[in-house]
Amino acid sequence: MAPLLSVENLSVSFDTDDGVVHAVDGVSFQLEAGAVLGVVGESGSGKSVSSLTLLGLTRSARTTVTGRASFDGEDLLAAPEERLRRLRGNDVAMIFQDPLSALHPFYRVGAQLSEAVLAHRDVSKQEARDRAVEMLGLVGIADAKRRLDSYPHELSGGTRQRVMIAMALMNDPKLLIADEPTTALDVTVQAQILELLARLRDELGMAMVIVTHDLGVVASIADEVAVMYAGRIVERASTETIFDAPEHPYTWGLLGSMPRLDALDGADLVPIPGRPPSLIARPGGCHFHPRCPYVREAHKVVDPELVAVEDDPAHAVRCLLPSATRRRVWQELRAGVAPERARTDVIEAEEGER
Amino acid sequence: MAEALMEVRDLVKEFPIHGGVLGRPVGAVHAVDGVSFDVLRGETLGIVGESGCGKTTTARLLLRLLEPTSGSVAFEGRDIATLSRRELKPLRREMQMIFQDPYSSLNPHKTIGSIIAEPFVVHGVERDASARKRHVQELMDLVGLNPEHYNRYPHEFSGGQRQRVGVARAIALKPKLIVADEPVSALDVSIQAQILNLLRSLQRDLDLTLVLIAHDLSVVRHMCDRVAVMYLGKVVEVGDAAELYARPRHPYTGALLSAVPVADPRLARAARRQILTGEVPSPSSPPPGCRFHTRCPKFVAGHCDVDEPLLTDGDPAHPGHLAACHYPLGDDEGAATARPAA
Amino acid sequence: MTAYIVRRLAWIVVLLALVSALTFVVFYVVPSTDPAQLRAGRNPSPDLVESIRHTYGLDKSKPAQYADFLERAVLHGDLGYSYGHDEPVRQLIFDRLPATIYLTLGAVIVWLAVAIPVGLISAIRRHSIFDRLAMGIALLAISAPVYWLGLVCLYLFSKDIGQFPIFLGSGTYVPPTTDFGTFFGSMIMPWFVLAASFAAFYARLLRSNVLEVMSEDYIRTARAKGVRERIVIRRHVMRSAMTPLVTVLGLDIGVLLGGAILAETVFNIPGIGRLSYEAIQNGDLPVIQGTVLLGAFFIVFLNLVVDIVYAYLDPRIRYS
Repeated sequence: MAPLLSVENLSVSFDTDDGVVHAVDGVSFQLEAGAVLGVVGESGSGKSVSSLTLLGLTRSARTTVTGRASFDGEDLLAAPEERLRRLRGNDVAMIFQDPLSALHPFYRVGAQLSEAVLAHRDVSKQEARDRAVEMLGLVGIADAKRRLDSYPHELSGGTRQRVMIAMALMNDPKLLIADEPTTALDVTVQAQILELLARLRDELGMAMVIVTHDLGVVASIADEVAVMYAGRIVERASTETIFDAPEHPYTWGLLGSMPRLDALDGADLVPIPGRPPSLIARPGGCHFHPRCPYVREAHKVVDPELVAVEDDPAHAVRCLLPSATRRRVWQELRAGVAPERARTDVIEAEEGER
Repeated sequence: MAEALMEVRDLVKEFPIHGGVLGRPVGAVHAVDGVSFDVLRGETLGIVGESGCGKTTTARLLLRLLEPTSGSVAFEGRDIATLSRRELKPLRREMQMIFQDPYSSLNPHKTIGSIIAEPFVVHGVERDASARKRHVQELMDLVGLNPEHYNRYPHEFSGGQRQRVGVARAIALKPKLIVADEPVSALDVSIQAQILNLLRSLQRDLDLTLVLIAHDLSVVRHMCDRVAVMYLGKVVEVGDAAELYARPRHPYTGALLSAVPVADPRLARAARRQILTGEVPSPSSPPPGCRFHTRCPKFVAGHCDVDEPLLTDGDPAHPGHLAACHYPLGDDEGAATARPAA
Repeated sequence: MTAYIVRRLAWIVVLLALVSALTFVVFYVVPSTDPAQLRAGRNPSPDLVESIRHTYGLDKSKPAQYADFLERAVLHGDLGYSYGHDEPVRQLIFDRLPATIYLTLGAVIVWLAVAIPVGLISAIRRHSIFDRLAMGIALLAISAPVYWLGLVCLYLFSKDIGQFPIFLGSGTYVPPTTDFGTFFGSMIMPWFVLAASFAAFYARLLRSNVLEVMSEDYIRTARAKGVRERIVIRRHVMRSAMTPLVTVLGLDIGVLLGGAILAETVFNIPGIGRLSYEAIQNGDLPVIQGTVLLGAFFIVFLNLVVDIVYAYLDPRIRYS
């Protein structure tokens, strides 16, 4: 079956006063119907811009978009504005990070929900309202009829995010793109929302793209994970593989930076040194090389491609180190060895052997 | 048993709500409602809770950046709430704060050199300008900033670097106590780790006592010796970090721990998550009896909604692990929601 | 909400009392012609002046005079008798108020009709030629003083003295009930001249509000829902961008209702503005007192109206 969403070599750059910002650089991925893709990255990784661009929400005179993206066989990037408008909120829906600022403060929630339907279907106001009540019930909001008359600021954070999800579901979308859906929420509410999203995936068979910086979120709900850095996908694999056998130094760095509830006592976190790069003047060669503990001379010049790993076609890595080497390093890191020692143990040892 | 550097007793902070024809106070937001705990010398104490629990207000009360409505905050035996401004000033050298937002906590019109030097100037230390500059540059080096950037402005730095400036400013006068209010929430994960490591090493090297306010339970687990869990203005559980996380006694702590998304897909899907229903009630009209009873899976009508539970000891094997609950979690219940050790 | 309104109304009363006291004091500090002498006419005898002084209560102490004034005003709505004109102040004000109201309302309609489309289009087509031209003209219009603009318009377009006689000139005002055609014709230039600087200011204000609102998250959400762009602009953007304009509009109306002195003088319109100008020149305290109080009343009252309307428009600011 052809994938529901297919993105090939997507690149987005913005022409600003300070120079050209290469926000997204050759991103490719596929998503089957009913599957969940997690896109992980920190600020400046290009994860949000990628998803906004799929819906044409970054179009402007100073934006250049190249590559291909097709949804259900239809080309998104070349589609005229009106065609994209018909897809938005209809076949493809999007929810954002902060539900307080993402909902219009002056209009009641019911009106905003109804608008989602009325923008695409020729139904009466009452029918739209009934649908809104139905959706609010689906996302677990009690007393739905009364909630329709609330203003966004009168609701709690969790309820607001549920309203946003309900709004996205009004027209039975095939694909839901969620941009940091739980970041602005309290931990217990996060858990509620993630559980809701999982339930919707199961009940509605909806495909989802979850964009986040939190690997924990991705672990609980995604089938496949794409890790982004400086506008590119640096690693892509099934969720199990990303946590069990990651092969990119940035992914290792992310995993090492996160304090974990089940971690060994007293161990220091292993942060990634340095800072995210400028997207205007990107480092030459591999974009991650200035921060990579395992960098070799060649990496400063040669730009790696995203290449599938030998025994797992679903696992692709953008790194110049050989796969066998990377696996050995990961084994050491996993055992608690510091990156510097892992480098000497594995990489320099290998070079010595040659 | 370490001595207490700070003793908080029955601390209350209410913010009045005005209304009516004459604008009189008609109610109050009970942001902090009778909180008591100790901060032991040399430890890192974590205060966790979700929005509206009162942890940020507590942080500010600890340093008397807010005036308490009642209760006492004793620093080395002296109640700072009753001191005059003149008496308080020298104490301020001993207690400093690191703020959450690196973008708004630094004065954009001052160079970072002068921001870090300000504590010296305010307290009349290092009067000689060149000695002061040298001292500031040493501090910058200590926190991982380039001393040559002495004359740069905050907007020229990233969030992580700005937070380092905040840290340098806080340790300038070698305080005994630092209160860090969500010091890494606004930062990217990889930068968070750098700042957390920095705080840990500074604490060791400078023999600091650290109070860490956070909503991220994993961060608190990593950094803290003891943890206090707050809900709606009250401390509901307090104790040794490892013990509390492995065997939580208060149902809210259990739910919090169970809610943290864990970076391990198998654990994530296997763990029996205890998902709390409902929302946090408003702090202006907290529920009667135990504040958590409206969402508590162990709620017993007639008891939990009438009698407010006090912080009490449970297991004599773990003194100091207190929970405010009439029906605390058993060892088995807590463990089901907590994580198995790696 | 009711409690809030009651509180505000009470404050209005207090404020007006303060204003009247202040006016009283200022009048007596500033030297001007003795009102009794004025009233007495040419070459009065000292006895006549004295008796007039007594009639008007001018021989009493200042605080007593003020007390008298307050008593009459509060209990009887009587603002006194003009020294210069031969009428009670209240009557004078009622006679002159309509012209000011027509002038204000007409100007408001003109400036909103110009500012809203211009501001919106400038924002949507930022940096375009339209935008640059419109904002440039706006800058000029804000800088041009009303009396200068008025005189220039009269010089150019006035039927009696102008280079291109198109519009009725100064002094041609008649009430609309008398002759609507002449009334309307006489007000065209005053309306546009008065509206000019306001239109410019409002256009710039709306432009910057629209630009700010367009970058808000909820606009992105509306587009992500697939709402048509025209509706996004109309329903989502404008609703937010116009709300601050309401505040400014209310206050401007409040000020103008107190009398647009310059416009009324240049175009010789018999409104409150001209009335107060003449009264100041003639040292006519009762009229001054009356117009100042009227002006103050309009401002604070419109202030209250604006606050109530704003609470209605922005549900986040409701007073519980």
